[in-house]
Amino acid sequence: MSEFLQHLVNMLVLGGTYALLGIGLTLIFGIMNVVNFTHGVLYTFGAYIMFIVVNQFGLNFFLALPVAVIAGWLLGAAVELILLRPLRGSDIDTTMLVMIGAWIAMQSGTLWIWGGVAKSVATPFPDEPLVLGPVSVAWLRLFVLAAAALLIVATYLLVNRTKLGSAMRATFQDQDTASLMGVNVDLIYTSTFAIGSSLAAAAGALLGPVYVIFPQMGDLAAVKAFAIVILGGLGNITGAVIGGFMLALAEELGAGYVSSGYRDAMGFLIIIAVLIFKPTGLFARSERVG
Amino acid sequence: MMRTMKYVAAVALAVALLSGPAGAQTIKIGVNEPLTGAFAASGTYVVNGARIAADEINAKGGVLGKKIELVIEDNKSNPTEAAAVAEKLINSDKTPVMMGAWGSSLTLAVMPKLMEYETPMVVETSSSGKITTSGNPYIFRISPPSAVEAVAFKNIVDKLDLKKVDFLVINNDWGRGTAEDFSKMFKEKGIAVGLVETMDQGAQDMSAQLAKIKGTDAETVIVTTAVDQLTLIFKQAAALGMKKRIITTGGSQNPDQIVAQAGAAANGTMHLTTFLPWFPEKTPNPEATNYFISEWKKRGFDFAGCTESFRGYDGIRTAAAAIEKAGKAEPAAIKAAMWDIKVKGLNGDIVFRKSGPEGKESGQSQPNVYLIEINDGKIGMKSL
Repeated sequence: MSEFLQHLVNMLVLGGTYALLGIGLTLIFGIMNVVNFTHGVLYTFGAYIMFIVVNQFGLNFFLALPVAVIAGWLLGAAVELILLRPLRGSDIDTTMLVMIGAWIAMQSGTLWIWGGVAKSVATPFPDEPLVLGPVSVAWLRLFVLAAAALLIVATYLLVNRTKLGSAMRATFQDQDTASLMGVNVDLIYTSTFAIGSSLAAAAGALLGPVYVIFPQMGDLAAVKAFAIVILGGLGNITGAVIGGFMLALAEELGAGYVSSGYRDAMGFLIIIAVLIFKPTGLFARSERVG
Repeated sequence: MMRTMKYVAAVALAVALLSGPAGAQTIKIGVNEPLTGAFAASGTYVVNGARIAADEINAKGGVLGKKIELVIEDNKSNPTEAAAVAEKLINSDKTPVMMGAWGSSLTLAVMPKLMEYETPMVVETSSSGKITTSGNPYIFRISPPSAVEAVAFKNIVDKLDLKKVDFLVINNDWGRGTAEDFSKMFKEKGIAVGLVETMDQGAQDMSAQLAKIKGTDAETVIVTTAVDQLTLIFKQAAALGMKKRIITTGGSQNPDQIVAQAGAAANGTMHLTTFLPWFPEKTPNPEATNYFISEWKKRGFDFAGCTESFRGYDGIRTAAAAIEKAGKAEPAAIKAAMWDIKVKGLNGDIVFRKSGPEGKESGQSQPNVYLIEINDGKIGMKSL
C-alpha cells in the first residue's frame, strides 16, 4: 500500500511537469498548426539559462526563473520571425522540414557552447525530502508542481479570458476574417509562438534543476509533449493538463506493476488506443471541416 | 543522362576529397566514438585521452618511422551510425586498425563490419560479455567484461556482508548483461537476488523504479549505467528517503562528477571502477598514470573525465604497439600482432588472452577492478 501511495505522489509531481510541457506545445502545434520540433530545444535552452544565471552569475534561483522565461520568449520570437514568417502559407511538410533543421542546428549549438558534460543547478531547497508517513517527496519537486500549476492557470486565462487570447483563437481559426476585424495577424503569429516557446523554456528552467542539464535533454521531453498534446486534443489546454497527468499515471503504474522496461511504452499504448477510438484526442471540441 | 553525369562527377569529387593523397606519410588509426547524443560527454573524454596518446607517440617519433594520425568520427550514440562510421573509416579512410565504439550496443553493431572487411578493432569501454564470446576474431578488448567485474567483486562481497540485492540497470546489452553476470555470481555466493529493474538510455525520471525497489527487503541495490543517470538516481533515491546501500558497476561513473552534482546524495555509495586517478601510486604503472594525469590537466580538461579518458589513451597505445609489432600498417598483420604485444596500461598490463569459441577467439585483456566509496564528498578506496 505504501508503495502505491508513493507511486501516486510521484505521478502528481511528474504529471505537473508533463502538463507544463504539453500546454506550451498545444498552443503552437494545436492552435498554430506548426509541428514544432524546436520545442525540446527551447526546453533545453531554458535549463541552460538557469545554469548560467544561477551558477555562473550567482543570481538568486527565484530571480533566474523569469529570466529564463523571457529568454525563451525572445528566442521563440526570433525563430518565428526568421524561419516561420517567410514560410507562412507554405505546406505543413516544408515547415516541418525547416523546424527539424532548426532543431538539429540549435541542439548542436548547445553542444558546441556548453559541451556534452551534464551540468547541474544549485537550488535553495533542502536536500532532505518532505516525509509524510510512508511517502516522501523532494521540496524542489513540490515547488516545481506549484509553479507549474500557476503557469498552467495563467496560460488558460490568457487564452480564454483576454483580448489577446481571443485574437489568437480568431487568427488561427480564420486568418482573413480576423485580419478584416482589425487583428494584427503578424503580431499574433509571433506572440503565440513566443508564448508557447517561453512555456517550454519555463518547463526547462523548472525541471533542469530537478534533473541534470545536457544538450539532448529536450528530445525526450519533446516526444512526451507531442504525446500529451495528441492525447488531450490539439489546442485544448485543459486536455493537455489532463493528458499530462494521464501519461504520468500510466508510466508510474506501468513501471511499478507491469515492467519498468516498458515504462516509456505505456504512455504510447494509451495514445495508440486514443487514436484508434477517439482520433481527435480525448478532449477536443468538434472541429469545422474545410 | 545529364543527371547521371552530374551524379558521377559529384561522387568522383567526393571520393577524391575523402581518400587523400596516395602513399600517405602517416599511419591512420580510426576512432569511432559517441561525440553527440546521449554519451557525448564520455565519448569526448575518450577521444581526448586518445589524442594524448597519439601526441605522446608522435613526439617520440611515431611508429615504423611515420607519425600516427587519428581519424576521429562521431557515431552519435546510435548503433546504426556506429556501423556506418566503421564502414567509412575502413573504406574511405583505409584505417588498418580502429578503436571504438564506447557502448556495448554500439560495439556490437560495428562487429559484423569487422568480419566483413577483416579489420581489427580495440574495444576500449564496452563491457557486455557477448562482445568477446560471439566468435569475432577481430575484437581486442581492454575493458573488463561484466563477468570479469563480477569475479573481481566476488572477492570483496564477503567483506560487505550482502544478504539480498536488487538491480537497477540501463535497458541495453551493457545493463542486462551486467544483471545476468552479477546475478550468477551472487547466487554462487548464496546471496539472494530480488528485483531486476531497467531504465531506458535517455530516461531522466527513475522514481517509479526506485519506489518499487524501496519497498523490497533487499538491503543493497546494484546500479549499472553512465554518470548522468547515476547522478539522477542518487538524487531521486534520496528524495524518496531510500536508505539502501548502492553499488554501481561498469566503470563509467566519473565519481568526481557525481560528487559535484549529486552532493550529499552520493555519500555512502560504492563504485566498481577500473582506474584510480585519485591514487596514482596505487595504480599498476604509477609513472604512466602520473604522466597521463599531468598531461590531462595541462590541456585544461576536467579531472572528472580521467576515469573515462584513460581508456582512450590505453586503446591508442595498444593499437600503436600492434602496428609496431606487425612491422606494417596492414589489417591482417596488425590483427596477428595483437596476440604478441604487452602494453603497460594505466590499469595493468595489456596482454590479450583468447576468449570465445575455438578457432575464432576474440582477444581480452584482464584489467584490474577496484571498489571505491564516496564519503563526505571524498573518494576513498574500499578494499583491494
